[in-house]
Amino acid sequence: MKRLSTIGRPMRKVDGLAKATGRARYTDDIRLPGMLHGRILRSPHPHARIVAVDTSRAEALEGVHAVVTGRDMPTAYGIIPWTPDEYPLCVDKVRYIGDGVAAVAAVDEDAAIAALDLIDVTYEELPAYLDPHEAIAAEDGPYIHEPRKPGWSGNVTKVVKLEFGDVDERLADADLVVEGEYFFEGTTHTPIEPHCAIGLAEGDGKLTVWSATQVPHYLHRELARVLEVDPAKVRVIQPSVGGAFGGKSEPFDLEFCVAKLSMMTGRPVKILYTREEVFYAHRGRHPFHMRYRTGATREGMLTSVDAEIVLDGGAYASFGLVTTYYSGQLLTAPYQMPAYRFHSTRAYTNKPACGPKRGHGSVQPRFAIEVQLDRIAERLEIDPIELRRRNFIGANTRTVNDLRVTSNGFLECLEEVERASGWKRKHRRLPYGRGVGVAGSTYITGTNYPIYPNDMPQSGVQLQVDRSGRVSVFSGASEIGQGVDSMVAYVVAEELGVPLEHIRVLAGDTDFTPVDLGAYSSRVTFMLGNACIEASRKLKAKVQGAVAEAWDSKPREVLLAGGWAVRAGDTGTSMPLRQAFNLAEAKFGTLGATGSYNTPKDVHGSYRGATIGASPAYSFTAHVAEVEVDPETGFVTVEKIWIAHDCGRALNPVLVAGQMEGSAYMGFAEALMEEQIFKSADQGREGLHNAPSLLDYRIPTSLDTPELESLIVESIDPEGPYGAKEAGEGPLHPSIPAIANAIHDAVGVRMDALPFSPPRVWRAIRDEEERRRAAAPSGRVAVAGGVK
Amino acid sequence: MEVVRLRVNGDERACGVPAHYTLLEALRYGLGLTGSKQGCDKGDCGACTVIVDGRAVLSCITPVWEAEGKDVRTVEGLANGTETHPVQDEFDLNGAAQCGFCTPGILCSSVALLDRNPSPTRDEIRAALAGNLCRCTGYAKIYDAVEAAADRLGG
Repeated sequence: MKRLSTIGRPMRKVDGLAKATGRARYTDDIRLPGMLHGRILRSPHPHARIVAVDTSRAEALEGVHAVVTGRDMPTAYGIIPWTPDEYPLCVDKVRYIGDGVAAVAAVDEDAAIAALDLIDVTYEELPAYLDPHEAIAAEDGPYIHEPRKPGWSGNVTKVVKLEFGDVDERLADADLVVEGEYFFEGTTHTPIEPHCAIGLAEGDGKLTVWSATQVPHYLHRELARVLEVDPAKVRVIQPSVGGAFGGKSEPFDLEFCVAKLSMMTGRPVKILYTREEVFYAHRGRHPFHMRYRTGATREGMLTSVDAEIVLDGGAYASFGLVTTYYSGQLLTAPYQMPAYRFHSTRAYTNKPACGPKRGHGSVQPRFAIEVQLDRIAERLEIDPIELRRRNFIGANTRTVNDLRVTSNGFLECLEEVERASGWKRKHRRLPYGRGVGVAGSTYITGTNYPIYPNDMPQSGVQLQVDRSGRVSVFSGASEIGQGVDSMVAYVVAEELGVPLEHIRVLAGDTDFTPVDLGAYSSRVTFMLGNACIEASRKLKAKVQGAVAEAWDSKPREVLLAGGWAVRAGDTGTSMPLRQAFNLAEAKFGTLGATGSYNTPKDVHGSYRGATIGASPAYSFTAHVAEVEVDPETGFVTVEKIWIAHDCGRALNPVLVAGQMEGSAYMGFAEALMEEQIFKSADQGREGLHNAPSLLDYRIPTSLDTPELESLIVESIDPEGPYGAKEAGEGPLHPSIPAIANAIHDAVGVRMDALPFSPPRVWRAIRDEEERRRAAAPSGRVAVAGGVK
Repeated sequence: MEVVRLRVNGDERACGVPAHYTLLEALRYGLGLTGSKQGCDKGDCGACTVIVDGRAVLSCITPVWEAEGKDVRTVEGLANGTETHPVQDEFDLNGAAQCGFCTPGILCSSVALLDRNPSPTRDEIRAALAGNLCRCTGYAKIYDAVEAAADRLGG
């Protein structure tokens, strides 16, 4: 590959200055003339039938322009086309405390809030399910949803049972079988920007919706379908988004409500969620109840893995069908696994719906399996890093569930964290109360299929060249802070030799950008990056052709770099790029090009469900965490996390490191602090969110967050743009098990339920002491540190 | 509606506000200064942080009347004319802003810190930013940016 000039260097972001000066415009920063403000009335019951809704008193209030209820928008939707089970506002039933029932548009927020109090809703309360096991056990109802088919349970979204190889036989033959039960508590994304949307219906039937979404294309489709508007008349604009992490990756009630209220009033309508509503909107990490049996040989080679998982889905399906598959499908690397079985069931419960949060569906089982591996290493007295090395699946291979793996830098990741953390002098060698733990993981670089089946490109981009030498890039991808707009600019700059400041990235508007499926599943750099390369090379060929003609040389002798066209081997012959573009425009007409990407078809097997979890490439990660545990209080301090991540190639190492650090931070937060939990009937209010605020739902401050060290590993993927893979989600996975394993190294207890909060850790230490006391033959108490 | 007079980013401004408005609401809705963000509206997240008489203040829980007669600086007022503040430039260079939503508040907390302590230690930076939640970065790149800015300011 030729020497790269932009790619691989620390560059400024195209929106860096706008964000550092307060000029970046987020949805709530937009104010349209005559704009009304909306609010949504939410259910106070976890499960109830709506008997009647009377909006007349609210409609009569001064300043109120329109009130809308579920019956005004009675078309079911769902991000997964096979499980449409929700409505913009509830029609017949509410399914969690916070479910939307009616919405108001008024002259200002004060009037809208006052109007909500005047909407009279009569409910008939129904028994609520907070526990997924109880919901599943109620085979004959009452159901949270109507069963999708006769004989099915209306309390189950999806059941997946898949087996690869003969698990029972391999377990029977194993030298060692480790069994474990794990619980991963739910957590939520908590972007600092609350969801916000503005609707504007115009007299000619055009409907524009501005929204803090990470999936403008899917929103476009669902708005048109649910509101029965011609999709050609719907425009979705995505302004700057203040954090998403998967929490803005499907349509939400507010987007339908602002559109409908604007259609009813003829005026723009804005709804901004309160922070409390963000917690109800949720779609975050599912609580998982997991049971694992893992077989290994005496040498520590895995022979079989058997998993049984119950997913607590909350009130709606969301992405749950995919989550149920991901709970098993994404576990089959980076370790070889001759036999594997998983049986996953996603239950509905009367709580806010769960969905995809950074590392969708695979963070929870990764926690379990990496702790299982640590247990195996302990029992066999093998170093946990060595155990992982022995089980390395390799590059250019297929997993037991037939996922195609290409580049794989996992061994380098292990080496990096082992070296940087000083592992060999620390593991099992630190004093009681201090320890280190390791964990590894893999993650997809984009999902190989779109959410609705079609053969069209998954990413597209369009370039347009101005006579000034400026290149405009129309990109449908969603900038949510991960840096995609900058990535697009870097690729085009690299390919065309255009200075970065001469590139404009115009994104996030379905009226003028080609379709990109959205910022989810870590797909954008790989897919859109390849589309950008394709478009740039088409354009470059024209420029080379035109310049070659002027120089009477061959097109391939025309090099484009640093703002110039230069003749290869003759640096005296050159012209500014602008002139080269002008020559090409004169020869070929208006200059532009498109590029697109679609995943190759050979990346998965042929069994039912084989496509879910398949990706054109996989990233790999290893973490070492070092912790200090106070055995008196159970308080865990994570001193440092070393993060090694195989991102293929770091297109901009600063941005890659930022994703790695942000991921590890978020995993750390789930390990120690965060819980999206709900009150029980005994606690006074069944199904009420325990703490829907940023004070009580504890996300880490600067004082809580450990030191983070990023170690970038580049395996140069054969199909990635310049070899790049993902970096946004993979690096989260190992944080949690690495911390769990470090706690074991520190105080000898296994943490199998999240979060590792002081009461849980304290209890585990006490239980371990009790166990030791009981086991000590002469009644003497074994010193906890003595087992090391 | 009542008229409140504010000195914001060096300008004397007057705007009509409902009596219950916070400083954040007056800035965003009254004066159109939308750089300061609303993330929680109850003083938990710090996205609304502005500088009032040299101190970092949560504008979403500051009644607008308390800011009368005081000197208010927002993210829009950190640059010196066309020249950005070194902290702003270093945020860009270091990748300290990802989604950018917490950034205006963090910049104000950082500038307030550097104005009173030109060469802060990393722990002092951590402490000064403890009231500003960032969900993207894990804070590491933010510390790098503030330290680099302190160096450039000669602290």
